[in-house]
Amino acid sequence: MIELKDSRLQTPAIPMKRDGKIGNTIFKFLAFTAAILIPLLVLMIFVVLFIESYPAMKVFGFWHFITDKSWNAVNNHFGAFTPLFGSLYTTFWALIFATPISIGVAIYITELAPHWLKPIVTTAIELLAAIPTVTYGMWGLFILAPVMQNHIEPWILNHLATVPFVGFLFNGPGIGIDTLTTATILSIMITPFMSSLMKDAFNLVPAVVKESAYGLGATRWEVIRKVVMPYVSSGIFGSGIFAVGRALGETMAVSFVNGNNHNPGNFFDMLSLLNSVTTITVTLADEFTEAMTHLYLSSLFYLAFILLSISFGTLALAKLFVWRLEKRWRT
Amino acid sequence: MKLKSTLVLAILSYGVIHGAVGWTITGAGSTFIEPVMQRWALHFKQATGNHVNYQGIGSGGGILQATKRTVDYGASDAPLTPAELKERSLIQWPDAIGGVVMGYNIPGIGNYQLHLTGKQICDIYMGKIKYWDSPEIKATNPKLNLPHIAITPVHRADGSGTTWIFTNYLTKVCPEWAHKIGFNTAVSWPVGIGGKGSEGVTNYIMRVRGAIGYVEYAYFKQNHFDAAVLENAAGWWVAPTMQTMIAAAKQANWQEAIKNDFYMELPNPPGKYSYPIEGPTFILLPKGKATNSEVLQFYTWIFNKGDADLRALDYITLPGFVKQDIMKTWKQNGLSW
Repeated sequence: MIELKDSRLQTPAIPMKRDGKIGNTIFKFLAFTAAILIPLLVLMIFVVLFIESYPAMKVFGFWHFITDKSWNAVNNHFGAFTPLFGSLYTTFWALIFATPISIGVAIYITELAPHWLKPIVTTAIELLAAIPTVTYGMWGLFILAPVMQNHIEPWILNHLATVPFVGFLFNGPGIGIDTLTTATILSIMITPFMSSLMKDAFNLVPAVVKESAYGLGATRWEVIRKVVMPYVSSGIFGSGIFAVGRALGETMAVSFVNGNNHNPGNFFDMLSLLNSVTTITVTLADEFTEAMTHLYLSSLFYLAFILLSISFGTLALAKLFVWRLEKRWRT
Repeated sequence: MKLKSTLVLAILSYGVIHGAVGWTITGAGSTFIEPVMQRWALHFKQATGNHVNYQGIGSGGGILQATKRTVDYGASDAPLTPAELKERSLIQWPDAIGGVVMGYNIPGIGNYQLHLTGKQICDIYMGKIKYWDSPEIKATNPKLNLPHIAITPVHRADGSGTTWIFTNYLTKVCPEWAHKIGFNTAVSWPVGIGGKGSEGVTNYIMRVRGAIGYVEYAYFKQNHFDAAVLENAAGWWVAPTMQTMIAAAKQANWQEAIKNDFYMELPNPPGKYSYPIEGPTFILLPKGKATNSEVLQFYTWIFNKGDADLRALDYITLPGFVKQDIMKTWKQNGLSW
C-alpha cells in the first residue's frame, strides 16, 4: 500500500456545528444493535440446538452417535453415521464434478472470451443460481434419473463395475436414484457460486504480471498455467469450501433423487456411486413432523447441531483462506 | 339515521363474513386425513355456521399438540395404546379407514395382473427376493412373462401412518419381519429407497423400472400405476377395491377395540373378501378441554353426514355400528355435547 504523505490528499479540517450529538448517539446505538443481532442470533441457534439435542447426547454420546449406523425408530435407537456420511460423500463428489467445470468457466470468462460474449456467459451462469432448488429436484427426478437409469448407469455397470480396485465405486442397483444423480445435480447447483468466486479471484491477478509474461513471448496457455493459476490457487480452494457449505445444506433437490436410504449396506456399498443414500438435511426434512418420541426428536436436533457445526467450521476455514489470499496480494 | 342503519348493517355483514357468528375449533395432525377434513369443515360450516380449522402438520405433531392442549383435537394415523392415552389424558376414536395398495412398475405387466402373498412382499422388503423373474414370484404368477429386472422396494421416507399399517401387516404375515424389524410409523428398512410423502412414493413407482411400493388407496385411484392382487388371511386372492376394503373393515374385531380405547391392529383380517392391508386413522380429544363439546358436535355431524365426502375422496367409511359404539364411549367418558 502507498502511504498518503501528500498533504493535499488529507482531509482538511472544516469547522463543524456539533448539534447532531444526540442523533449521532442514537444512530450509533441502532447500528450497533443491528450489527450485534446477527452474531447473537447465530449463538442463540447454537444454544437452542444444543439444549434440544442434549437428551440424545446423554444417551448416545458423541463418538458413538457419529459412528453408529443404525437409525431405528422402532426401538428408539439412533446413530448419525449414515446421514453424516451421505452428506459429506455427496458433497465430495459434487465438488469433484463442479471444480473443473467452474475453473474452465472462470478461465474462459476472464481470459479467453471475446468482450461481447462475457456478459452473456456470466448472466447465463448466474441465472443457474436463481433457479429454485425444488425445480432442480423435479428436473432430477423426472428427466435426469430416467436418463441415468436407462442409458448412463447400465453402461457404467457393464464397463466400470469390473475394473480392479475402483470397481466398487460403480457397483450397485443403478436405478438412477443414487449418489451419482445427487452429486450431478448438486454440482450444477454449486457451479455458479464456485465460478463467480473464482472469476473474482482471476480478476485480481495484476494485469502487469500477465502482460509481462506475454511480453516475454509466453503463449496464452503458458500464461494461464504458469502465471495465473499459481496466483489463484488459494482462491480456487476458498471457493470450493464456500461451495461445500452450500452443498451440505441443500435439501429439496437432494431429497428427490438420493433415495432417502438409511440402510445403504456395508461400507463398500455406501461408497458406490450407484447406491442410494440419505443426508442430514433430508433426514431432518423427512422425519421432523412425525417424530413421535422425545429421544427421536432430540436425535434429529443432534443431527442439526452436527450439521451446523460442520457448516460453521467449513465457512470459517474458507474465510481463513480468503484472508490469507488477501494478505499475500498486499505484500 | 340512515348512516346508523348502514353502519349496523355493515357491522352485521362483517360478522357474517368473518365468522363472528358460530364458534371456531382448531385441529391438527395427520396429513392423510387432511383432504377429507377440509371438505368436512367446509360442509360443516355451510350446514351450521361453525368453523373448524385443520392443519395437516403430521401425526407426530398432532399427538404432541393434543397432549399440550394447544389444539382442540389432534389426528393420528397410528393408534395410541390405552397406557399412552392415559398418560397424555386423551380420548381416542377412529374416523375413517385407509387402504394400502401395492403399486409396481414392471414393463409388460398390467394392473391387477401381479399376484403376491404376504410372505413374498415380506421377502421383497427384506431383500431376499431380488429379481422379478425369481422362482418365488413365478410360483404365484405362472402365466405372466416376468422380465429379469431388479426389484426396487420403495418405502416412505417420512414417518407415516401408512408405514404403520404396512409394517403392521408384514409383522402379522411374516414372523421374521416381526422379529427383526417390527412396526411403527418409521422403521429401519433393510433395503430399498424412500420417497417423501405418498406423492414421493408414487413418483418413484412411476419413474423407476422394477419398483414396488405401498401407497394409500386414494393415490392409486388418482394416479395411473399398476397395483397387485394380494392373498388374504383366508387364502383368497383379492384386488384393492372399495368393496374388498369395506368387507375387511367389517371383519375387524371392533368389540375388542372398544375395550382397548380403540387401539386396534386391523391389517390381515379374516374373511374371504377382505383386502388384507388397511387401517383406521384416529382422532385424539384432550380430556377436560373447554371445547370438548364443540368437537363432539362436529363429529356427530360427521358420523351422520360425512360419509359422502369420504367416498368422494376414496376413503373407506366406518361401519355404521362402529359409529354408534364410538358415541357410546363418549357418554361413558362423561362427555356431553
